[in-house]
Amino acid sequence: MTVVASLFAILILTAAVWVVTLRNLFRAALSLGLVLLGVAGVFILLEAEFLAFVQILIYVGAILTLVIFAIMLTATPHGSPEAPAHRQPLAAALASGGLFAVLAGSTQALVWPTLPVSDAVSLATLGTQLVTTLVLPFEVISLVFVAAMVGAIAIASAKRPGSR
Amino acid sequence: MAVGWFVLLAHALFCLGVYGMLTRRNAIGLLLAVELILNAAALNFVLFSRVFGAVQAQAFALFIIALAACEAVVGLAIILSLSRSAKTIAADEVQLLKG
Repeated sequence: MTVVASLFAILILTAAVWVVTLRNLFRAALSLGLVLLGVAGVFILLEAEFLAFVQILIYVGAILTLVIFAIMLTATPHGSPEAPAHRQPLAAALASGGLFAVLAGSTQALVWPTLPVSDAVSLATLGTQLVTTLVLPFEVISLVFVAAMVGAIAIASAKRPGSR
Repeated sequence: MAVGWFVLLAHALFCLGVYGMLTRRNAIGLLLAVELILNAAALNFVLFSRVFGAVQAQAFALFIIALAACEAVVGLAIILSLSRSAKTIAADEVQLLKG
């Protein structure tokens, strides 16, 4: 498991670096797909198979497709290969590296419990929780979802500029 | 497999997302970086659900994925509308609140 987890970690981190550094947004989006698949693999290692499949279905299937559509729809004909794709990479690298050092320093000092042998959360328990204890957040999420969809359609609907 | 090792992985993913948010000029690139950050959070939730056997943590990871979908949909709609009215999606070139 250690070897597989390390391979997934290398995949995730390499692809995440590509996501934030590649100039070509289309390639960055495809790298995001690699990150999402790697995270789904880690979910499977952590015995959350349902979440792994949800991750692949929603993230890789829906969100990534949406992002790629948006990249193609907003691609300007003149392009912007001359304009810098990044601003202040050095300062940002220092800031995020410092953030990582602070986070790692504060969490690695803690004593973590060892992973239990197999304490898998069953899908049936998750489903029962979603319709009993967590029913209010669950319904609120569906409401937020409907509101987001309606809002997105209202915002993106083709309205002639100037018309009210 | 040590738990702290997975926590480090989530930290690294989160900090790469922060780096992307700080440096990207393109608004869609910013959204990609936000997805990285949300994934780091979901990874932590799933990890602690495994460690403590808490089913609620997995449910909240599910909510994170759903909210990420909402965020992507609304964000991309705004970017589409922006590219139509302002002719640019560079986040630092947009100056008008009312298009």
